[in-house]
Amino acid sequence: MVEGAAAVWPMTRAQAMAILETVKDPEVPVISVVELGIVREVSVHPEGVQVTITPTYSGCPAMHEIEADVRAALVKAGAPAVTVSMVHAPAWTTDWIGPEAREKLRAYGIAPPSKAAPPGLITLTRARTPVPCPFCGSRETRLQSEFGSTACKAIHVCQSCRQPFDEFKPF
Amino acid sequence: MAPVAKAPAFNPAGVRGPQLGDPLVEALLRLGDDRLILGHRLSEWCGHGPILEEDIALSNLALDLIGHATSLLALAGAVEGQGRDEDALAYFRDGTAFRNCLLVEQPNGDFAETIVRQFLFDVASVLTWDALRHSTDARVAAIAAKSLKEDTYHLRHSSEWVIRLGDGTEESHARAQRALDRLWRFTGELLTPDAIDAAVVAHGLVIDHDAVAARWRTMVADVVQRATLTLPADGPMQCGGRVGRHTEHLGHLLATMQSVARAHPGARW
Repeated sequence: MVEGAAAVWPMTRAQAMAILETVKDPEVPVISVVELGIVREVSVHPEGVQVTITPTYSGCPAMHEIEADVRAALVKAGAPAVTVSMVHAPAWTTDWIGPEAREKLRAYGIAPPSKAAPPGLITLTRARTPVPCPFCGSRETRLQSEFGSTACKAIHVCQSCRQPFDEFKPF
Repeated sequence: MAPVAKAPAFNPAGVRGPQLGDPLVEALLRLGDDRLILGHRLSEWCGHGPILEEDIALSNLALDLIGHATSLLALAGAVEGQGRDEDALAYFRDGTAFRNCLLVEQPNGDFAETIVRQFLFDVASVLTWDALRHSTDARVAAIAAKSLKEDTYHLRHSSEWVIRLGDGTEESHARAQRALDRLWRFTGELLTPDAIDAAVVAHGLVIDHDAVAARWRTMVADVVQRATLTLPADGPMQCGGRVGRHTEHLGHLLATMQSVARAHPGARW
């Protein structure tokens, strides 16, 4: 399904998924909600489409917008009714972001997440592995803050090209 | 002042006070209120942080905590079954109905006091979630597993700041030590189980409190030592938040936090 295509109903699950592929993360508009890994289930019923999503961070203010965007995209594509429900388990992890989406993040200027720590590993201080700069590839970077412009990002500065950049935090 | 007519069903602190309700609801309110109140406290730093990055960090922490509170209070309302959602519980309860520990309602003070308060809470919080993620109540286990990931970031942030402040300048060291000494008396309540904790074991919320308390002490002592600070001696501990007896600071906080919702009930934005 592409922008401006005619509404179609009934649609297949694959068609519904293709529509969700066009719904971008409002804070990171280069990857879709599917690539982000927050779409957990999609099913098509005679009466409409049922979508289950999971929040990235518990307090992420973009979740309401994502829910509205998912609903609007499917309705526009022809679904007579759309139900969006939220699940908390299994907890979202950045490990669900695939290689292609990681490359899109990097090209957009956001360092993609490294492998997330296993659940329950509690550390009091950080391991200081430098995050490669998404602009020049240098590993001479320094963490500025583990909390950035959105819940999912940390701020780094590249010592080589002097560019500050966001990192999608491993989570 | 509310009259005390009948003996409370659960009276963990052995004091007169409001009657406590269903143990599972009480336990969820304790978890939810801790995070709601601390989240609100941290939000008071928004626009006032010592540096821009820290302003953003404290607001991020606040957002996560309020997110956790939303899930927990929504569940508490659902279990209670009286039609109260998370907003009703956050904005339309009075101080004595809040079940947060006294630590989280303490005023922000200076940056050191905010950080030390955060650190003492974060250690307890990650250990609590680490236990509750194995809860047989799937709803609680889901919230715990998710919150643990976020709180792990919080703890790393607060523990690194405690070390930086304690092992920093003479001034920052003195302020961090003063904060630790001042807040220590509120830490007993974080870890001492009562009848509610015992009652929710039947609901699948199992915490080995002795083990958690021991780990809390080890982790706190480790950071305090690395920060070149001195662990305060255990004196009398001040408690009561879990049964609705709060310090005077909670009322002032609620007056701000609840004012808009109470002035415009049912408003949406």
